[in-house]
Formats: sequence, C-alpha cells, structure tokens
Amino acid sequence: MSKRILLNSEEINIILNRLSCQLIENHDNFKETVLIGIQPRGVFLSERLKQLLIKNYHLDKINFGKLDITFFRDDFMRGDKVLKANKTDINFVVEDKKVVFIDDVLYTGRSIRSALTAIQSFGRPKSIELLTLIDRRFSRHLPIQPDYKGRQVDAINRERVIVSWAENNGEDAVYLIQDNNE
Amino acid sequence: MSELSTNHLLGIKNITLEDINLIFETADNFKEVINRPIKKVPSLRDVTIANLFFENSTRTRLSFELAEKRLSADVINFSAASSSVKKGETLIDTVNNILAMKVDMVVMRHPNPGAGVFLSNHVNASIVNAGDGAHEHPTQALLDAFSIKEKLGEVNGKKILIVGDILHSRVALSNIFCLQKLGAKVKVCGPNTLMPKFIESLGVEVELDLMKALQWCDVANMLRVQNERMATRYFPSTREYVAQYGLDKEKLDMLNKKIVIMHPGPINRGVEISSDIADSHHSIILNQVENGVAIRMAVLYLLASKLKHYKN
Repeated sequence: MSKRILLNSEEINIILNRLSCQLIENHDNFKETVLIGIQPRGVFLSERLKQLLIKNYHLDKINFGKLDITFFRDDFMRGDKVLKANKTDINFVVEDKKVVFIDDVLYTGRSIRSALTAIQSFGRPKSIELLTLIDRRFSRHLPIQPDYKGRQVDAINRERVIVSWAENNGEDAVYLIQDNNE
Repeated sequence: MSELSTNHLLGIKNITLEDINLIFETADNFKEVINRPIKKVPSLRDVTIANLFFENSTRTRLSFELAEKRLSADVINFSAASSSVKKGETLIDTVNNILAMKVDMVVMRHPNPGAGVFLSNHVNASIVNAGDGAHEHPTQALLDAFSIKEKLGEVNGKKILIVGDILHSRVALSNIFCLQKLGAKVKVCGPNTLMPKFIESLGVEVELDLMKALQWCDVANMLRVQNERMATRYFPSTREYVAQYGLDKEKLDMLNKKIVIMHPGPINRGVEISSDIADSHHSIILNQVENGVAIRMAVLYLLASKLKHYKN
C-alpha cells in the first residue's frame, strides 16, 4: 500500500477559509440558507465551515442539519455489503430555502444523487448547491458537479482518497492511497 | 457493514443479541423517518411482500402493511377468511401459488406453531413470522423491548413482569427470549391454570401473587386473556380474574414506586387492565404501537438487504 499526502493541515485551513468566503459571497447573512452535511463524512467538514462562518463573519445563527442517505442509495440489494444507517438530524423544513450540500469527496456522484432524493422529504428547496473538499475529476457516473470545491484531484479508480479530520482521526490531512495488491 | 445472521425472522430464540441490537439501531433511524413531513423512503422499491394472515389480526397486519408501504414495497394482502383455504387447499400449495406471482418476502400469521419454520424449509422467499399459534411473535417482542429501552434507557438489568394468560401467549414466549438476551430479569404472574408446565426451565420465576410481583418489577406487561383459545374454563369467573390479576389504580397506588405499564393489544378494558390505567401516563401502550412500525421497517429492510436481487 502506498500513501501520498495531498493536503496537509495548513493547506486544508487555507482552503476552508476560502470556501467560507465563497459561501458568504453567495449567501450573505444565511437567513435563507441551510447547510446540510452528508452523513457520515461530510458532517465534519460542515461543522468546521459552520464554525468558521460564525467566527469570521459574526453570523449569529446558521441553519444546519445532517442528512443520512442510506435508505435512498441506489445500490441496495446489489452490493455485497450493507451499510449501517446514520442519524438524520434536520429539525426545520427546507421549503423555499437555499440548500448547500456539504461532503468531503465527490467521486461517482451517486451519493449526491441519493441526497437530492432524500432532501425532498423535508420540503422543496429553492435551490441546491454542492460543496466538496475534494473533487475527483473524470470519475463521475452522473452529471453532477460541485459549485464550490477545495481541490481538484486526478485519481485513477484503484486509488482511494481519504480525508482525515482532527476530531475523528487525530489530524487534518488528505491522503491518496493505492493498494499494491490491485 | 452489518447484516443479520439469518435470512428469515421466525422467532427470537434463534437470533443473536447482535441481531437484536442491529434491528434496534436501524429502528432508531426509521423512527426518525416516520416523523418526517414525508414519511417514506425508496429502499424496497423493487420488492414484493405478501401478507398472509391465516388468523385474525388488526394491529399487526396494519403495522406490517404500513411499514412495507413506508419502505415503498409492493404489498399484497391475503386473509384466510376470504380464501381458498376454506376450500381445503394446503398451506404449501397456497403459498407456492402466491410465490408463483413473483413475491420476494412473506409475512405470515398462522394458528399452528412452527408454520413459519415449515414454510421457510419449503419455499424460496424470506419469511417473517407474525405469530404462529402459541409459539412466537418475534416483532412484538422486539417492539416491546425497544419501547422499554426507549422509556428506561436500557433493558439490561431491568425487572420485567409479564402478567396474565402465559399459557396461550406467543407474546410471552418471544418476550422472555428477547428480554433475557438483552440482560433483563423476567418474572411471570397469573393464575396457576394459565402457567405452562416447566416454564421455570426457561429461567423465569413464577409468582402467583400480583401485588408481590408488582412490588418487584420496573415494567409490567399486561397480556390479554385469550378467550378464543380456551376450550375449557381456566378460572372460575372473569370477576374473580379481575379481582386477582386485573391491574387498576387501587393496586398501583398501593405500590411505593412508579412502574411502566405495557399491553400488546387488543385490550379487554376492565379485565386485565382498567381504563384509567391504560390511558394514564404510566402506560406506554401507544408508544408500543408507534415503535411497532419502526421495528417492522427495520426487520423488513435488514432481511431485504439479504435478498441480493441483482447479484448475477
């Protein structure tokens, strides 16, 4: 297994600050905007962005939720593994709100497809945008692209992109991992 | 990654503690789903489920049907009263005919103990037992334990009392297996004539005095007296049963603590439980009904994930 670092903690910090800047440009005071972290990995990124927005731009309240897409996946009864569901925590309706989906890595686009279906259970949003820390170029199965992206990566299919967060894995870093046995 | 250890839910006796915990975790998620503005998920969109009820049921059948619809499954219903069973068709023939219509899962209630196991050996579909005679009623036991966990935080170490017609009750047997696997202590209480022989061999204690039993327990699950299964009289009169084993405010007030009251339904008001207690804040009877849908969604979802339709 070979492991290469794509982003270190300092670079991630710069990117997060830039992404929060871009969000504030488009969403002003966040009154009509809701941030939705996609479970499980997108939640860490969305928590960080929320904290940055509150700290740097003195926003007092940001509508923030966590969305689990397990029951909306399109590979149920098809794959070998069954994924464990996570908690969905959205205690507001998204009717007529500007929704921003937040996830760590955009790969095939199928998770975001599921999230687009799942969010309909909470109303009809005015618009939906997508923010991802890593955009894996040339690997999409569906016509889905991010509106805000941290870093674009050209990784081949047998490589994996792993995002590690300080609160979960002890450090902020993004790695590119290649399994030798493949 | 997580899977049940079994392809069918036939009883609690042959599933593991890990299975029960997985069902509970999944049910937690479904409980959140059924409290959303739109209470439906597309998971079982291409699964067909047959509900075969060879015995009367309201709650269980509605609860299963609702769970199936919330999961977007296609549902067909069958009840013995209006079917060819009356014309003398055997169980295997009835079910094989239904399966020839390309059904993936069968939810079955049957008056004969072991009907579900029999079916699972002979037909190619995932079977969920919704009650087989006086044997097991696994989803009821799961939702009862889930409701206790929700109310008291955990089941492990709690003292659970099951009161009433233990002899004819599949709910009692499944509850005993389920609660014991989760680490609870179980006691049963009722007239001597309604106690199965050798019930102690399951590791439960028998207490014939209701007041003593209530004083001991954290939760009392009041079972219905199943008159329809009684070919002979098991107690002198309903009045005597009510006096000795019916739960009312007077008996509850004599306790020096609060206990949680459960009932699997349907209630004979004024027999095993008085109206004021059934409707009081002690009772979690309606929580049990709500949790029933979430538990059944979890069971169907987890069993369906093992169908593997598209593997080839």
